[in-house]
Amino acid sequence: MTSKPILQVIDGDSAGYFTLVGWFALFVLAGLGAAWYMEHNGHFVTGMSNQIVWGTPHVFAVFLIVAASGALNVASMASVFNKSAYKPLAPLSALLALALLAGGLAVLVLDLGRPDRLIVAMTTYNFKSIFAWNIYLYTGFFFIVGVYLWLMMERRMVRYSKPAGLFAFIWRLALTTGTGSIFGFLVARQAYDAAIMAPLFIVMSFSFGLAIFLLVLMASYHWTGRPLGDYVLRRLGKLLGVFAAAVLYFTTVQHLTNLYASEHHGVEGFILAGGSVYTALFWVGQVIIGGIIPLAILFHPVTAGSRSWIGLASALVIIGGLAQVYVIIIGGQAFPLLLFPGMEESSSFFDGQVATYAPSLPEVMLGVSGVALALILVAVAIKILPFLPQTLDDASIDPHFKAEPAEADASDEEEEDAAGVGETAEATPGT
Amino acid sequence: MNRLTDATRRKLLKGAAALSTLALAPGVMLVRPAVARETGKPATSNVRWGLLIDTAKCDAGCDTCVTACRTENGWTGHDRPQTDPQWIRKVTVTDKRSGAALSLPVMCQHCAEPPCVDVCPTGASMKRADGIVLVDKHICIGCRYCMMACPFKARSFVHEDVTDQKPHAPRGKGTVESCTFCVHRVDDGRMPACVEACTEKAGRGAMIFGDLNDPNSDIAKAVSKHVTTRIRADLGLDQGVMYRGF
Repeated sequence: MTSKPILQVIDGDSAGYFTLVGWFALFVLAGLGAAWYMEHNGHFVTGMSNQIVWGTPHVFAVFLIVAASGALNVASMASVFNKSAYKPLAPLSALLALALLAGGLAVLVLDLGRPDRLIVAMTTYNFKSIFAWNIYLYTGFFFIVGVYLWLMMERRMVRYSKPAGLFAFIWRLALTTGTGSIFGFLVARQAYDAAIMAPLFIVMSFSFGLAIFLLVLMASYHWTGRPLGDYVLRRLGKLLGVFAAAVLYFTTVQHLTNLYASEHHGVEGFILAGGSVYTALFWVGQVIIGGIIPLAILFHPVTAGSRSWIGLASALVIIGGLAQVYVIIIGGQAFPLLLFPGMEESSSFFDGQVATYAPSLPEVMLGVSGVALALILVAVAIKILPFLPQTLDDASIDPHFKAEPAEADASDEEEEDAAGVGETAEATPGT
Repeated sequence: MNRLTDATRRKLLKGAAALSTLALAPGVMLVRPAVARETGKPATSNVRWGLLIDTAKCDAGCDTCVTACRTENGWTGHDRPQTDPQWIRKVTVTDKRSGAALSLPVMCQHCAEPPCVDVCPTGASMKRADGIVLVDKHICIGCRYCMMACPFKARSFVHEDVTDQKPHAPRGKGTVESCTFCVHRVDDGRMPACVEACTEKAGRGAMIFGDLNDPNSDIAKAVSKHVTTRIRADLGLDQGVMYRGF
């Protein structure tokens, strides 16, 4: 029998909390400094060039934006697919989605050649541009998920949260379709120009978003000393395994389709067997570290039930995800444009040459600051508003839970701890 | 004051054009001035500016067109090849099997269906009614999506401060730029700098510029007489820049 979960703010007055927030703030400041340095001097101080026009900041930005929509998974499963076990987690899921999107967009905007013209981007549109659609999809996501969150957390409005959740779910699919189509619609480049980019990005979002959600969930419960049962972790872990497998499947289809067409043999050979950093990142980073190892962990009977292993698998999925986005964005540009297919090209503008790129420190600092911004937003938000359930122990989550004497005692102790953690409950999450 | 000066200059140019037409036999005169756009009147789709490049007349060792463009538009670099802009470049194309090679200039191809214009979120990347593709430097936010979309690598991002700008070719750090077909010259009834230099300085006459919609223009005549092709014609972008000989 599950009880109605009670959401409660965290105390957030420990030295550990302030140290954590302090570190995040430091990284955010470092990112702002890096952005200022890049804008002040011009982009020549970065690793980016006229050959690699999108660099490491875009890897982080796209990763965070994709993960943002995926972080909403847990809320969608509760609201749209009626999985009651996830209902207590829905507010945190929506909060994380908003925070990750904010982090990603901040990086994207600060890397613009003219970030001071953001207002132009918000007021002057070319509606044939997928970028312009994305501006609406992103701002719409903030609004829709914000309203959804409010409906879930406002007791009187809870009954409206289900349709809002469905709308948010459809919107997030549109958003990731839009992000994938940034590349899918690029007819000029061999590595892109493929309809599979949109669904590929959607499964990537499921996987990356859930991996980040799992780590944030585990960290926040561990550090606040709140009970977190194995039931919810094991279920989410298994789901992460399914998503990681789906990413591998879509990646396989993406490359198999390209390999069938001889016109794409050049770029496929370059990525899959070229011996460059992109080949290593693809096979070692994405496939082995981000795919096969997490799959083995999440489905092996010994490791699948262990939260440490689930945590490790989540971290590996994130590392593999970053590698995947790096290969897509930078590897895709490194392969030269084919102006004269079948011929050799050369010029003073590096025609026909594989482009060189090394991430510069300011780029990495800017990219990492997006992650830090997302995490600081979550850390501060859970202190201000009650996003986290007081307890996620098996007794309150697992509908088939049967209390055993030893566990019941432990649960009592933990509840006492939790009671001292924060204020009185303010909200119960809705459907 | 400037307007008067411009108008007077245009009249003079028109007069010179008329005189030169009288003075030279058609066909001999490759650098015939086009008709200037009237002040205050927008560009019209009655005109489609085009450029035909004859690769047989283009020499691998010659980069007169590149130098002329750089001088005209002031896109000097900082000795950093990776980030320095190139509005026009000479590309050597070699047949892998036979080793036969040719050299040709590549610049913005001024597509009728420009991918850069499609993807630009703000509309900074735009096509004039007469087919000239330009970047509005006032609303370019520097996202570089147009550079990702261009199949010809025709665009450059301004990676650092610019100095000694030409009044007719404004540039700006953090924005994207490319060949303008020397729109300031074309609107004045003159030829783009590269075309003029190819004929007058290099003496090659490998480039013919003009109105593709005017059946009496040199370019329209040449295009109707010889088979021409476009770079990546498979993309169906209907570029204004055409080539002969590859």
